[in-house]
Amino acid sequence: MGFLKIRAQTALHVATLVAMAFALWMMFVWVPTDINQGVVQRILYIHVPVAWVSMVAIVGVAVASVMYLITKRENWDRLAASMAEVGVVFGAIMLISGMVWAKPVWEVWWTGEAKLTTALILFFIYVAYLMFRAYFPPGDQRMRLSAIIAIIGAIDTPIIYYASVLWQEAHPPLIVGPIAEEENLVAAQIGLTLLVSVIAFSFLFFSLLVTRLSLAKIEHDHEVLKYRIINPEMSAS
Amino acid sequence: MTASLSIIWALTLKELRIESRNRDVAVAIVMFASLVIAIFAIAIEPNARTALETGPGVLWAAITFAGVVGMTRATSHELENDAVGALMLAPVSRDLVFIGKSLGSFVFLTIAMLIVFVVFTFMFNLSIFRAEILLVALLAAIGFASVGTLFSSLIFRVRAREVLLPMLFLPTVAPLLFSAIRVTSVSVAGDTWSASLPWIQLAVVYDVVFVTASALLFGYVLDD
Repeated sequence: MGFLKIRAQTALHVATLVAMAFALWMMFVWVPTDINQGVVQRILYIHVPVAWVSMVAIVGVAVASVMYLITKRENWDRLAASMAEVGVVFGAIMLISGMVWAKPVWEVWWTGEAKLTTALILFFIYVAYLMFRAYFPPGDQRMRLSAIIAIIGAIDTPIIYYASVLWQEAHPPLIVGPIAEEENLVAAQIGLTLLVSVIAFSFLFFSLLVTRLSLAKIEHDHEVLKYRIINPEMSAS
Repeated sequence: MTASLSIIWALTLKELRIESRNRDVAVAIVMFASLVIAIFAIAIEPNARTALETGPGVLWAAITFAGVVGMTRATSHELENDAVGALMLAPVSRDLVFIGKSLGSFVFLTIAMLIVFVVFTFMFNLSIFRAEILLVALLAAIGFASVGTLFSSLIFRVRAREVLLPMLFLPTVAPLLFSAIRVTSVSVAGDTWSASLPWIQLAVVYDVVFVTASALLFGYVLDD
């Protein structure tokens, strides 16, 4: 069983490697440079998939947390925590790549645009979720309380987005470049490259998630062993 | 129904009695918010134009930060003599405990906000005692109290709770904060009610969702 699991993990890592190499070739060599934005548009082939993956992670954390509260099975908690960790890393890449793209195109690093505000607030909520887990001693209580934080974050997501859209209506986004000419974005090659990079980054996400989950299992076994060494009378039972 | 109401009333009264004896929470909120407003007033030196532009943001940022300070203070009461342990032994439903505690926080917050509004009116020379601002303040107090009660009960056993409470509370109440800032801005700029309406609706939706969710999840927080 363990051997099969390792084989499956290795296959996933290899598939990720191939998909990422192919996506990188498409985004830097195959796809032509955008005539409106120039070379900076290539950032979107990383930014969009990374944003997609971090949104998947947020939904995943919420679903795993609800499942934990229903079933009380530790596996769900480990899945939620691992997804949150990988999701926060992708979230940080999303925010930074978005800012690097925005500076030449919008002439500012940051604006009050709805998606930006929502992404930033959600990023902070999930950082707080991980900080809580880091500060709280391991055990049932930590699993239960962190599940509650994740559920509150998920409930807040649509409200934050709606508030950000309303806010944006009052503050028009500072679009100064030729970004408004959107028909260029639907060009077939650009669309295909985006699709391939979304698939490749999804592979990367699952690859990292599987690795993080194995690590979480090792951490858990280590905690159990440590507990048994400290309390030898408990290990007999 | 009557039994539930009397439990809620008893719990709210307990919170108010503790506060009336040491006045920790309301004083912390009023003093902290006034200090923040005073520092901004000195830094900005608001005139008629800059007061309109910066005032609403300063007011609500000050109230929100002060709310966090107040809630951290309120949490420390629960730790003294393991008061929360005794509360959990009480044979009452956990959602009633939540409503009672939230109502207590709501009362302190509302009183503190009204005093902070007076300080702000003097410092920024803006009249904010208008119906729509008072309504959104009330809605903000409901949301802050329910989310604050849930989070402070959730983290009061964590060693770094002073850091964690703002980290959890501030992004979660962001929609409410946006709503309060925008209603205050449009109202002091002399716009009609219709400009405030979408924001007031948003605050109402936020309160309904979060009071319900917090009451339902509170049982899991105290589930030992």
